[in-house]
Amino acid sequence: MLERLRERITPTDIVMWMIGGSLLVMIIWGSAATLLAGLYTPRHWLDFVIFGLAQGSVYALIAMGYTMVYGVLRMINFAHSEVFMSGPYTAYYVAAAFYRSGLLESHPVLCLLAIFMVSMFISSMIAFLLEKIAYRPLRNAPRLIPLITAIGASFFLQYVFRGLYGSGFQAYPVVKMLEGHWTFIGIRILRFQAVVIVAAALLLAALYSFIQMTRVGKAIRAVSEDKEAAYLMGIDVDKMISTTFIIGGMAAGAAGAFYGIMFKQVHFFMGFIPGIKAFTAAVLGGIGNIPGAMLGGIFLGLIESVGPSLFLDGLGIVAPYQLKDAIAFTMLVLVLIFRPTGILGERLAVKKA
Amino acid sequence: MTQMESLWRHGIKTGFIGAVTVVLLALIGMVEAFSQRDIIAGVISMGHALLLVIAIFMGYIAAKRTALSGIGSTLINSVVSGVIIAGSLVLLILLGSWVNLRSIFMNASPALYSLLTFGIEFKNGWTFLLLAGALCGLVAGLLYQSFPTFRRILITSLSSVIIAGVLQDMLRPTLSAWGPISVISDWLFSSNGLSLSGAITLCLVIAVILFIWFQKRDILRTRFSRLPSSGQRTLRMAGYVLLVGIFLVLPQVLGLFLSEVLTIVGLYVLLGLGLNIVVGYAGLLDLGYVAFFAIGAYVTAILTSPELGFFSLTFWQALPFAVILGLLSGVILGVPVLKMRGDYLAIATLGFGEIIRILVLSDFLRPWLGGAQGIGRIPKASIGGYEFATPQQIYYLILAGCAFVIFISLRLKDSRLGRAWKAMREDEDVAQAMGINLVATKLLAFATGAGFSALSGAIFASKLSSVYPHSFNVMISINILCLIIVGGMGSIPGVIVGAVALVGLPELLREFAEYRLLVYGAALVAMMLLRPEGLWPEVLHLRELQDAQSSSADSETPAPSGARI
Amino acid sequence: MAILSAEKMTKRFGGLLAIQELDIAIIENSIHSIIGPNGAGKTTFFNCVTGFYRPEEGRINFNSHNLVGLTPDRVVRLGIARTYQNIRLFPNLTALENILVGLHSHLKAGFFGIVVGLPSTRHEETEASKEAVRLLNFVRLEGKEDLLAKNLPYGDQRRLEIARALAARPKLLLLDEPTAGMNPRETQEMMDFIQHLRDALGITILLIEHQMRVVMGISETVTVLDYGKKIAEGTPDEIKSNPTVIEAYLGRGSAAEAR
Repeated sequence: MLERLRERITPTDIVMWMIGGSLLVMIIWGSAATLLAGLYTPRHWLDFVIFGLAQGSVYALIAMGYTMVYGVLRMINFAHSEVFMSGPYTAYYVAAAFYRSGLLESHPVLCLLAIFMVSMFISSMIAFLLEKIAYRPLRNAPRLIPLITAIGASFFLQYVFRGLYGSGFQAYPVVKMLEGHWTFIGIRILRFQAVVIVAAALLLAALYSFIQMTRVGKAIRAVSEDKEAAYLMGIDVDKMISTTFIIGGMAAGAAGAFYGIMFKQVHFFMGFIPGIKAFTAAVLGGIGNIPGAMLGGIFLGLIESVGPSLFLDGLGIVAPYQLKDAIAFTMLVLVLIFRPTGILGERLAVKKA
Repeated sequence: MTQMESLWRHGIKTGFIGAVTVVLLALIGMVEAFSQRDIIAGVISMGHALLLVIAIFMGYIAAKRTALSGIGSTLINSVVSGVIIAGSLVLLILLGSWVNLRSIFMNASPALYSLLTFGIEFKNGWTFLLLAGALCGLVAGLLYQSFPTFRRILITSLSSVIIAGVLQDMLRPTLSAWGPISVISDWLFSSNGLSLSGAITLCLVIAVILFIWFQKRDILRTRFSRLPSSGQRTLRMAGYVLLVGIFLVLPQVLGLFLSEVLTIVGLYVLLGLGLNIVVGYAGLLDLGYVAFFAIGAYVTAILTSPELGFFSLTFWQALPFAVILGLLSGVILGVPVLKMRGDYLAIATLGFGEIIRILVLSDFLRPWLGGAQGIGRIPKASIGGYEFATPQQIYYLILAGCAFVIFISLRLKDSRLGRAWKAMREDEDVAQAMGINLVATKLLAFATGAGFSALSGAIFASKLSSVYPHSFNVMISINILCLIIVGGMGSIPGVIVGAVALVGLPELLREFAEYRLLVYGAALVAMMLLRPEGLWPEVLHLRELQDAQSSSADSETPAPSGARI
Repeated sequence: MAILSAEKMTKRFGGLLAIQELDIAIIENSIHSIIGPNGAGKTTFFNCVTGFYRPEEGRINFNSHNLVGLTPDRVVRLGIARTYQNIRLFPNLTALENILVGLHSHLKAGFFGIVVGLPSTRHEETEASKEAVRLLNFVRLEGKEDLLAKNLPYGDQRRLEIARALAARPKLLLLDEPTAGMNPRETQEMMDFIQHLRDALGITILLIEHQMRVVMGISETVTVLDYGKKIAEGTPDEIKSNPTVIEAYLGRGSAAEAR
């Protein structure tokens, strides 16, 4: 038995377990120290969690686009962060117009819906054009080629939008209705965070049921399982790939509008960081796996918001919030060490190998 | 669709694409910004040249697409596309005069509109604009119909005028630093752009040189191939010696600014050669490569800078530590990702790169790593009193580094190890079944790449005399990845060409800084669509690609290079 | 004497029993075929032998080494090389480089030796190239050294794959459907070639085959697998008349008819 165990375990396994183990010990120790020291009240933790959920839903929505595109094309759509940026940046002008005309005061719900629609529409159009112009001719190219194309498209889009709208930050107008907070069963929750969480949850549910239940959704899943077989079954593969980009773009546009509501400003470079985070979330959940992307997004949002205070404060680390991204990426590496295909696993792992 | 319409189809289609392009260029402000500069003083500005080039190019494409349907329809199509492009600008101006576009598009100013009509008032301007468009189309169509040799000479000589105009700020100071040549440059350039006579002369000189070259080319080639093999070898050797000589005197000739650009390109060549081993040879998609660059730079800084006061080694004493720590960190960061494939590997390594940057930036590690302020007062490298301080001097340090790394890369390329890496890139399972120890081979690739990167980082630290965490963001990794793929994966000359194209050129065009990355992005996309194998692919692959293309000449799509399951 | 033997070897995928308590022995210097319907576990057995899968139970002995738990690179060093059902060459490497990769385990050059250019490393490299060219000639691919593997015609690719396996200087060669996708003439050539391999190089050959003509023509022993179990073993003639085999291939009813 012992001999068998020795055969099975290689030195690299031991190193990996050591890395993972020491990180886990640090996390547990840090959390225990923080909690025992009582640095934060339950109210604080609750605020962290709610903020994490709001942030996480934005990540989850963006991650949907990454994961769906990965499913059908097996490529990292690096330019998805610009798809995310394009919507809310364009919608800003709509919002500003509403604000100037006073409509935003008198009909806030209608205006918000319109802003949303514009954001989603622009993002999905950009995604559609992106696929058609930049990716479609490269269907059969080696994997790195579309990746570089995507990086190029990402730069291009960033600077086109910078050229069109300018390089400064644009402040989203404040919606009075979303200021302040509501109280549910004794829990105070900032209004805009509540709206973002609820709306994002609804959208995610809608998207998921669209993919699971409708004919188009089924066709998209068929394409991501096996393009050739799907084609032979009479599915228009090109059209389904376009549809995938449009849906992913809509999700990203919605996420962008939420982002605008939460952080109240837009910028041509705003897509970069959320884009990388969302991609991390998609991988975390198991890329190509739609529920995985949602889960990964929420998980990442929570870790980023709760993690620094929980894990690091107790260890006496200065300014732990600076390290939130490091925590997020450490979590990613940790998950990948123990589950190389993500939390929920890649649906198509077998096929790829 | 009537006969007539279908005849014009290609013209309309290409014209439409061109129209979108020019309107976009106008709205993002590129035309206006470029108009500050003249290519030929008082005759044509860069902004107008840009529009004309696009119109002619699209007209040429339209002509090419209709090549089979006779001269008449070719000309019609190219003219149609030119008119459509001009028409789109007319529409833009009309729209701009009705609605205030400027509240959204910050560049849609009256100045732009007057620029677009070449300064003529709109009433007459729009007819002029349309005429200019038609003329561009006509020129393009005629160009397409002309003799290939004539066409090539004309295009090359005109583009060299444009290039000379675009690079005027570089060329003028460089040339005028040289006594006798400065006379020529003074005559060639006016204060803004080429002088008219200068431009015409340049154009003619280039055309004549090209004409002679086309005449004599074949004769030279046959003469070369007739030489005995020893003679060919000596000629080649002489070529190499000449090349080395050029590299050695380059900074002395080019002056300060261009030498600075050269050092930056050189650093990227070093980095690119390292990543070329990881990605190009071993096929491991590493997006956290900048981490090792940072490690090399920071180790050098910590060991040499008196600011922190831990150590005070010289650059040369610190260098081995930097490289060895780089190698080690390559192994350490390599172990956790051994079992990951493809995109998981990419994101995990990207994560590593970011973790390192964030840690360095944090206040937590500030006493040791300097935090956001970085570490300063890093001493320059020196050998026996010769200090590598100015860009011209540092150039030689980097050149030596590049030579060393190229030598290692060349040795590894066709060795047992290089083959093991390439086999792993092609098919990991089968490589293992052929007796390749994946763990050792992968770690060796990571370590070698990391070592090169750390070397580059050490030189970088001594070049700047200081290190900041902001110099080590993920964009560097992405840039390096792009340059090796644009150069041609796995190809050593490709890395150099890629670095010149993606790092050197943008540095030269700094004055258009606003549009640098835009052009960079568009060029990346265009490059991948039109020439996915890279600018300078591995020789073998190039030949194979051409073979494949000629064998499938009738199919429209280019041969998929190594399409894998 | 058996060069390779499996004892009560079992391989599961989740709940699926891919191979169940397989006992098999391959006699040295013989040509041994494994046949069976799709999904019978033939390729799985190959993967277990070469170290890609780890059987849950049982042993696999090769010249008194237990192969269970060894990684593929160590198995090949012991002297077992294989080819694949769907040819798996290194597509963007030349024919010569493919063979040189096959020689990998017999070369010793390390990082230092390569970079410094030690005389021993250089010598080894020239010798390796010579051997690779010899192998290419042996499989009748002379003059195609510098072509990329992906650009070779199908039959050449098959033979290149075998040459690559031979480069590892195996004592036992595993061929997974070497005649798949070949026309009768090519098949005949491949059969002759396999026999020639055994006779000229004295290696043992274990092959998976679907074409009965090939199996019956060249093998000395045939093992029949069905649903992961061995259902018959013997000479080609014995197998041809074995009712269980016919049943497994054609179904119960047809076995009765055949009788």
